[in-house]
Formats: sequence, C-alpha cells, structure tokens
Amino acid sequence: MIKAILIFNNHGKPRLSKFYEHYNEDTEQQIIRETFHLVSKRDENVCNFLEGGMLIGGSENRLIYRHYATLYFVFCVDSSESELGILDLIQVFVETLDKCFENVCELDLIFHVDKVHNILAEMVMGGMVLETNMNEIIIQVDAQNKMEKSETFIFQSPRQDR
Amino acid sequence: MALKIVKGSIDRMFDKNLQDLVRGIRNHKEDEAKYISTCIDEIKQELKQDNIAVKSNAVCKLTYLQMLGYDVSWAAFNIVEVMSSSKFTYKRIGYLAASQCFHESTDVIMLTTNQIRKDLSSPNQYDTGVALTGLSCFVTPDLARDLANDIMTLMSHTKPYIRKKAVLIMYKVFLKYPESLRPAFPRMKEKLEDPDPGVQSAAVNVICELARRNPKNYLSLAPLFFKLMTSSTNNWVLIKIIKLFGALTPLEPRLGKKLIEPLTNLIHSTSAMSLLYECVNTVIAVLISLSSGMPNHSASIQLCVQKLRILIEDSDQNLKYLGLLAMSKILKTHPKSVQSHKDLILQCLDDKDESIRLRALDLLYGMVSKKNLMEIVKKLMLHVDKAEGTTYRDELLTKIIDICSQSNYQYITNFEWYISILVELTRLEGTRHGHLIASQMLDVAIRVKAIRAFAVAQMATLLDNAHLLTGNTQHNGICEVLYAAAWICGEFSEHLEDPMATLEAMLRPKVATLPGHIQAVYVQNAAKLFSTVLRGQEGAPADSKVAQETSQLLIDRLPVFVQSANLEVQERASCILQLVKYIQKLQQKDVEVAEEVTALFAGELNPVAPKAQKKVPVPEGLDLDAWINEPPSGSESEDEGRKTKTKGKAVFAKEESRHTKPRYTEVDEKELAKRREVRKAEQANNPFYIKASPSSQKVYQEAVGVEHIPVVQIDLSVPLKVPGMPMSDQYVKQEEERREKNKADRKKKDKKKRREKGRQRRGDSGPESEEDITPAHMVDIVTEEMPENALPSDDDDKDPNDPHKALNIDLDKPLADSEKKLPVRTHRPDEGLKSPVEDGEGLEVASEPKKKSGKEKKDKERKKGKEKKKKKKHKQEEGDNLIEAGSEEPAQSEVTNDVAAQPPTSTPEEAAAVADPPPPASSPEAASGVAAVVPDSEPEETKSSKHKKKKQKKEEKDKKKKKHQHHHHHSDGAGDESVQNGTVEEEEPLPPMSNYALLAENSYIKMVCDIQGNLHDGSQVVVSVIFENKCDSFIKSMEFNVMDSLNSKLQRPEGAGPHDSLTVPFQLPPGISNEARFIFSMQSIVMPQKLKGTLTFIVKVSWSCSPQSTHIPHYPNQIEVYLSRVPNTTGVDL
Repeated sequence: MIKAILIFNNHGKPRLSKFYEHYNEDTEQQIIRETFHLVSKRDENVCNFLEGGMLIGGSENRLIYRHYATLYFVFCVDSSESELGILDLIQVFVETLDKCFENVCELDLIFHVDKVHNILAEMVMGGMVLETNMNEIIIQVDAQNKMEKSETFIFQSPRQDR
Repeated sequence: MALKIVKGSIDRMFDKNLQDLVRGIRNHKEDEAKYISTCIDEIKQELKQDNIAVKSNAVCKLTYLQMLGYDVSWAAFNIVEVMSSSKFTYKRIGYLAASQCFHESTDVIMLTTNQIRKDLSSPNQYDTGVALTGLSCFVTPDLARDLANDIMTLMSHTKPYIRKKAVLIMYKVFLKYPESLRPAFPRMKEKLEDPDPGVQSAAVNVICELARRNPKNYLSLAPLFFKLMTSSTNNWVLIKIIKLFGALTPLEPRLGKKLIEPLTNLIHSTSAMSLLYECVNTVIAVLISLSSGMPNHSASIQLCVQKLRILIEDSDQNLKYLGLLAMSKILKTHPKSVQSHKDLILQCLDDKDESIRLRALDLLYGMVSKKNLMEIVKKLMLHVDKAEGTTYRDELLTKIIDICSQSNYQYITNFEWYISILVELTRLEGTRHGHLIASQMLDVAIRVKAIRAFAVAQMATLLDNAHLLTGNTQHNGICEVLYAAAWICGEFSEHLEDPMATLEAMLRPKVATLPGHIQAVYVQNAAKLFSTVLRGQEGAPADSKVAQETSQLLIDRLPVFVQSANLEVQERASCILQLVKYIQKLQQKDVEVAEEVTALFAGELNPVAPKAQKKVPVPEGLDLDAWINEPPSGSESEDEGRKTKTKGKAVFAKEESRHTKPRYTEVDEKELAKRREVRKAEQANNPFYIKASPSSQKVYQEAVGVEHIPVVQIDLSVPLKVPGMPMSDQYVKQEEERREKNKADRKKKDKKKRREKGRQRRGDSGPESEEDITPAHMVDIVTEEMPENALPSDDDDKDPNDPHKALNIDLDKPLADSEKKLPVRTHRPDEGLKSPVEDGEGLEVASEPKKKSGKEKKDKERKKGKEKKKKKKHKQEEGDNLIEAGSEEPAQSEVTNDVAAQPPTSTPEEAAAVADPPPPASSPEAASGVAAVVPDSEPEETKSSKHKKKKQKKEEKDKKKKKHQHHHHHSDGAGDESVQNGTVEEEEPLPPMSNYALLAENSYIKMVCDIQGNLHDGSQVVVSVIFENKCDSFIKSMEFNVMDSLNSKLQRPEGAGPHDSLTVPFQLPPGISNEARFIFSMQSIVMPQKLKGTLTFIVKVSWSCSPQSTHIPHYPNQIEVYLSRVPNTTGVDL
C-alpha cells in the first residue's frame, strides 16, 4: 500500500499532497515539513530510500523519493511495495506529467494541481497501484479532458450555466 | 449606484479561478495568511451562489487551500453539492475535493450514498470512474455496506477501465465491511484470470494485500498464482505474486520447494533489477522456511548471495542498499555464507551514504563470531575516530556495544579487552551515550565476577583522571561513566590496590561540579571505601593512625557535599558525616570499629534480569487488583505508582537491587550459597579461567609505555596511567596468542582422533570453528537472575486494533446459500439491548453446523445471532413466545448451537420475524414529510428445490417456517410446534387484527404495515401498508421507494428503473387512511432483513396554516429514514 504521495520543491513548499489515510490538516503539514527535512539534507548521489516512516503509520513504512530539478517526489509506502518498483512508478508519473503538460516544469504543477491530481488518480487509487502503463494512463486522461472541453463548449461560459 | 458596486465585485469574484488564487498568493508573500483569509471570505460568498459553476470553482480553490494546510471541512456540504452536479467537469472537482478532505467522521458523507450509487451506474464510464476513485479515499463502513453490492456488479462491467477500478476498491470495502469478503471473493478470484492485464493486475494487487495480513486463508490460491507466475510477463504482477509467495511459504514448506526452481530461472533470465531483487528475497524466505540441511539448496543460497554481491558492488546506491538489506535476511539463517563477504561489507562502512553505512552496521551485528569480534570491533573503533558527525559516531558507538553485548556477551572471549574498549569509548567527545557505556561497565563488572579486579583497577584510573572527562567537554553525557566508575570502585573495593588513593580521588572538591545523581553515588561509595580502608588498616594495628587520618579526610571533605543543592547528595553526605564523626570518636578510644562499619555494606549484590519482576508467578488466591484497604485518595496512589515507574526505568538499577537484595537472600539464601559454591568449583576447574591476581594486573599497567599514550587528550602533568588506544589492541594480540596456544594443545589431543576420522574433518589450516574458542571469563547465567518458578512466556504483541484482523476469514469453505449475496448489516445496532434469554438462532444460516465448524463461521453466526436477538427483543407480542423457547432449551449457548437445538428455537423466532417491530420514526421539527419504511421480510415460502440437498432437519424447519408465514395461528401435526403455536395464541395479549405494526410516523402521516407471504408465488412477500393522514392538510403525490438489498427487491412495474419509486395510487384527505400493497421478491428466506425506504409526498398547505410559505403552495418533502427494528436506533435525516 502507498500511504501518501507528496510533491514539494527545494524549499519545502508543497506542490501536491495526497494522503491515503486521514490526518488532520495540521498533521499533514507537519508530515510534509518533516519529510522535507529528512529528504532535503541528503546528497544527490545517495540511495533513494529512507527509513523515516515514523511520520506515517509505523516503522514498516519507508520513504522512497526522487529529486527532479526543483521538485521532490516522495512516496511513503509499506513493506508490501517493491522499492525499485515504486522508483519506476515515480519515473512513470513524471514522464506522464511531461507528456500531459508538454515539458513539465514546477510552474505547471503550481497552477494546475487539480490536473496533476487527475493524472495521479489514473495511476494510484486509494493507495494501490492502478495502472503502470504510461500510454494507457494518457489515453484515459485525454479522454476525460476531452469530455470536459465538450461540456464547456456546449455551455460556453460557465457563468451562464445553471 | 450601490447595486452597481456590488455587481462589479461579484463579477470580479467570479473571475478568480484557481490560477488567479495561486498567482495572488505568490504575489502576497509578505501577508500570505491575510490574503488567503480574504480569499476564503470570497469563496464563502461564491458558495452561497446558486450557480454550480461558481460553486465548483470555489470548491476547486478550497482543494488547493486544503493542501496548504487550511481546514476546509466547513464546506463539506458544498462539496457534496458539486459532486452531485450532472456535468462531469464539476463532478470531478467535487469528488477530488471530497477525496482530499472527507473522512469517516465527516457527517455529510451519509448524504452521498444515493448520489454515489447513481454515479456508479452512470452510462458514462468516467462518471463511474471518478466516483470509484473518490470513494476509494473516503469510504466508510456505512458506504461500504450500502454500496458493496453495486461495486460487486461493476467488477463484471464490460469496460476494463471500470472493472479494474471496481476490483481495486473492493479491498477498501473489505476493510470497512468484512462481511462482504466471503460473498465477493469468488468473483475476485475470477478476476485473476481476466483477459485484461490491468484488471488482472488489480486483482493480484488486492489479493496480495489481503493475503499479506492473513496468509493462511489464501494458501489454496497458490496453484493459481503459480500458474500466473509462470505465464505472466508483467513485471508489476510478477513482483506482487513473488512477494505474496514470500508470505505464503512459511506456512507451507512444500510450496517453497516447488518455487525454488522457477524462481532461480527467473533470477537467471530477468533483466529487471526490481524483479531480480524480489526473486532473491523470496528465495531467501523459502530457504528460511525450509528446514536446513538439504544439500541442493546450498546452491540456491550461493546464487542469492552471489547476486546480492553484484547488487552491492553496483555503483547504483539504491541497489547497494537493497543488496545489504536482503543480505541481512540471509544472515539470520545462513550466517556462514554471508560471512565470506565480510570484506565487502566492511568496505560499505566507508561509503559516503549514511543509510548504506547503517545497513552495513546492521549486517556486522549478525556477522560477528567469537573469532572475528575483536577484529571487527577494532575496525569500528577506527571508524569512530574518523567519524566527525556526532550522529553517525553515536550510532557506531551503540552498535559496538550492541555487537559486543548481544546474547549475554556470547562472543566475548576476553572481558579485559572489552573493559578496555569501553574505557576507550569514554574518550569520545560529546557523545550522548555516556549512560550506555556506564551501564555496560556496571553490567560486566557485576555479572563477570572474574573481571572485577581488573575492572576496579581501570575504574580507579578513570576516577583519578575524572577531570579529563569533565574538563574537555561541557556535555555531561560522558560524565555518566563516572557514576559507574564510582559505584564499581566502592562496591568491589576489596579488589582495589590502593583504596586510600581512590578515596582521595573521589572526595576532590571538583566532584562537586558533577551532576547531582553522580555526586550522590560518589558520597555513598566513599563510605564503602572508607570501610575497606578501615578494615585493611586495622588488620595491622600499628597503623591505627592512618585509619584516623582517613576519618579526618572524610570529615574535612564531606561538608562540601552537605551543602549541596541536591537533596539526595545532601542527605547522604550529612548522614555519613555524622557516622564518620562517631567512628572517629570510637577510634580515639581505640575501639575496633572496622567490622561494624563493614557490616553496613555487607552482602552481595545479584543481578536481576529485566523481565524478572514480570515473571514472578502470582501465588494462588492472590488478587493483585483487589484493594487491601479502603482505596486512599487518588493522588497518593498515583504518586506511588509514578515513583516505582521511574525507578524501573532508571538506567542504573542499583537502588532497586539494593532493596530487593535482602529479600532475595532471605528467601533462598541456601540455594544461592549452593549455586555459588558450584560456580566457584567450576571456575576453579576451568583452565581458561584467569584468576584475578595482582601480578597480572601489573603486567598490563607496565605494558602501557609512554609511546602508547595518545598525545592530545592527556595532560602530561597527570600520572601516565591513563589507558589509551593501544590497550585494546594489546588484548587482541594476547587473545590471539592464547588461542594459538589452546589450539596447539588441542591439536595434540586431537591428532589421534583426527587420524581415525580421516578426511571428514577440516584441514589444519582451516578456520577455527566457533566452539573451539573458549571464553576467558564466564558470564553469570541469566537463569540465576530470574525468580523461582518463573514462567516462560511469549509476549503477545499483536495490535488488537489492526483492521485486518476482521478479515481473517476462511475463504475455502463453500458458500452457504445465504451467503451467496452480501449480507445486510443492521443499521446502528444497539448493543445495550441484548437479552440473555434467547440465543441459538442465527443458526438458520448454518443449516449444517457440523460441517462448518470454522471459528470465523461461529463468530459470524454469533454476530448474526446478536443482531436478531436485538430485533426480537422488541417484539412484544413475541416476547412470551421467546421466553418459552428459551425455557425449553435452557442449556443452549450461543456458540455451541447444534442442529438438535434448532427446531424449538427457530420456530418461535420465525414467528417473531413475521410480525414487525414498531419502529417509531422520530419526526424532526422541520420535517413535514414522513418516513416510510419497509420492515424486514425474511420469512416467506421456501423454494424447496434450493434446499433439497440439505438435511432432513432443514426441510422440516422450512416447513415450519412456511406454516408460520401464514400467521402463527394455525397449528398442525408436528408435535412441539403445535404446542408452541398454541401458546402463542393463548398468550398473545393483542387482538388478532393487530398484526399491523407501526412502520413510521410523523406529524403528517402514520404508516403501519403487515407482511404476508404470497400464496401463489413462494418467492414473494406482500407488504400491506396503511397510510393515515394525521394533519389537516391534503396529502398527495406519495411516492414509496425501498432500496433493494441483496436479498429482496421491491417489485416495480415493467420499464421502471431499479431505483425508481412507486407511486401510491391514492391521495389522502385529512384524517383519512388507506391501504396500499407492495410486493417484494425474495432470494433467500433464511436471513432477516432490514430494508431502508423513503416516502416522498407533498402536503398541500393551506394559506392560513403556514403563512410563511405563502409563495410555495406545494412543497415536496423527502425524509430518509434509516429503518431498523430497534426503536431507538431510528434516525431521520432530511
């Protein structure tokens, strides 16, 4: 099970947070902060696993992260997930974002966090991996975006829509 | 004019979408909080608008603010509104927001049930998908129960996109609603072989997750998974399956044997590192589970270790890390194969990555043996010197101590070496682990009796050089060592060479700068030393002057401590000061006091195992929880509890052992003395037992030459007795020599034997085997530290709150008919309403209880039984009936129901089920509508074909039910039954027409109902409902709807959808009542049902009656009633 997925930048500003277990907002923020502290002080060329799972759940949890340019992608998982598998999944996630946003950069995530959530929802559902095939993910995301567009087309401006 | 301004601002408000919000926040970096609070105000305005687009825009912004840490739960209702929009765009926004901030205690969730159900059955697959995704994040037990059936249907949806989501979400449903697992499992199993790889992968995912928690229930799936493993090419699926096998093999060793081959093939063939790694992991798990000694498996181990070595040698830090991680698993069972890679692991200690270094340290812990311990520790000591960062160095320090002290110092052959290592560790600047070192010193000194002389000498040196420890650093951490040093010197002062010098060292004025608890130990042990000095000197009567000088020394120095701010120090010091003054007086009179002073500290201290207290058996007849006297005021007892607690936690258990000691010796002093004798004899006969003699000590001390002393730390004005780094190295050499000698001796002895044995033994050059190395000192055995009659016990540390416990359900048993569909759970069962009289129903479900003897089954039955009981209790008409049944079978118990007990109990129960309980619907003030409800409907005619295969008894029972169905009035031939029915009629306090039970009631309408079986169709039940208009307005457009359950369905006219409601074919003028009939079709008669329904109607309000609602002459009312038979659990919600 994946317990949480966090994306934050080099300064610890959250860009996306998805918790698959419920915490109140303060705890969530604290988890993000502490995770950032753990992850950010690590060198570039060290391994991508951290046994700092005390933040969420118990000691069997691990943090698996990747650092891309200005962003950290952190997955908190329990022992049923394969470490290398999750690393691959992060890669798939980032490549999918890259395709969907065309050369993704931090700004895309800042302004379109809802879209990022929608993409993530096609990959991970309720903490379990739903789809790992990038093409399949993109097909579904595109189809839904198309639906959205057709709706706004019919109703022109949302303001007149009732 | 004002209107224009308002309009303008509203327009602007509309324009601010998520992007604008984000931009705004970025532009207001200084006063972000203020900006956001104005934004939230705007959002609140937007949420008040009717326009759904505006609302969803606001909700979208809230989702973003939630991520920033703002509580948005106040908008939960608006989120539900957006969720129920018909447009996908808004729906998606709503569900996203809900998935981010809804949780089990969000109360509006209960309003979403119908909306979600509608979305799940939407023709648009993305509506369904979005609903499933959202639901996966906020599913509650209620939602899981109500929607389980819909989701199960979706598992067979035509679109794989929906199928895979439905399959995945079932895991969450199982967690929240464990009863659904058994009915849903066959379908879940089918999905393992779904043509679509995504669905297959989802099913594997779910089953792996389930099996991980309760592996034994899933063993039967092993062949299926085995097939998948050999056929699948999807690495994700393979990894999951292989991980699952890792969990299954410990339970079934035969499976392990089968797995080895395909797994090794995969290891050889795959190029994916992730798969390779998981294969290796599972092979390790298999090998652990198999009993060792199988010759062909050593090859697999070799393969694993070899592959792991490749991983560890890889330049990728991740692989290196994982390699070490897996290696530590092999280590537990096959330490030898790992030990050959010691070089590699030691190399990893130099890695720049701290996680890798820590992993390597873990490995070292398991890799030590008697033979290599000194070597490894020496290497670690070098690292300690190099390590700059205190955290890693502290980690190293604890690891060194862990490694050495593991399993009662199993691997330490030379404790002199260990003590010197500990002393070297005290040289670490700024470590936090002073107390750890100290407790090790104490532990070794107490438990290894032979080492005491050496330890005391070392500690005396340490005390003498205390200023080095305290002077160098301001950190008090390392001072703790002095605590141990002082205590050891005092307690074992008979071993001291020069107690006078040590005493002097302990009373230096600088001691007063140490922490209080250490000073206290100093003072106490100074007294002990004093007694030793006295004894030593009185032996030689000529020296009585020296003895008096010693007393004078104490009298001179102690006042410093008497003035101490620390109570403990002050108290002990003043006590001892008075004592010494008195002794001095006696001395001046030439009275021999030494013996009496020594008696103050007589007796031996015995170590107590940490668990010893727990293991003392409670004597028979002693109730520990009972009050001995009247309970005192709460605070007092609390205080005491806290006191003992803190004491127990104290690192140094000295005080405690002092208290326990006398009692201990009292109890079995003889026994102890006996043991001591035995041990002494043992030690005397042990050739390797180095007796503590002054000469051997001298050798070490002399060996410390000037050139060995570390230059930096030591102030050269101090005597050069400080044991420095080379000390421990020296012991390594000595130890080697000792071993060589032993080996040589043994070789001579063994030569003859070996010749006989021929090649079987290893060559002379081969490494020494473990048992060849004899420790130089004995460690006191732990059993001695346990109380008499200690009970061996394993601590059960399973978490009782684990949600997965509920999912420990046997899935292999064939489903009973009643289980083929999801059971419907009681709504808010009322726990308080259990009656001890009735039991043993619920058994209808288990028609063949003997076959289904599984524990889970019984639990289930019991649960069902309880539910029924609760319901039954409230049927007053049946009360007598039930009591009667109870008295007939008094011996029956819930769990041990058996078939024999069934007929009499089931009969009245059926009767009970027929008549409905009167659930009063509470009517909220605002509500003008009425709650409608359909009661349960269990008993109806049997489909005899269904039950043919079942036992005779079952059939009988069914017959009985049938009879009862048509009104418990008629009796027929069956003996006991007729009697019962007879009693029913006789004792029935109500007139026969009162079969109508109250269904629901509010200020407008009252509903009563009666249930009858359909004489023409055995699978149908007719529910007659009488509607009575209670108000003085006209009620019209009544629509009656009941949610279908698994078991029952409201019969609707052809063409109507499954959720459409039925129109009641009449209108009700004030005060009039009328009856309508509804037909339900039933799947199974063996389960009681609770159905939830709604009645929607319109009340025509006259103008005069409700002047407020003048503009709305008609308004629809809809009340949802959660129907239950238990009156006080009925909830009404608008």
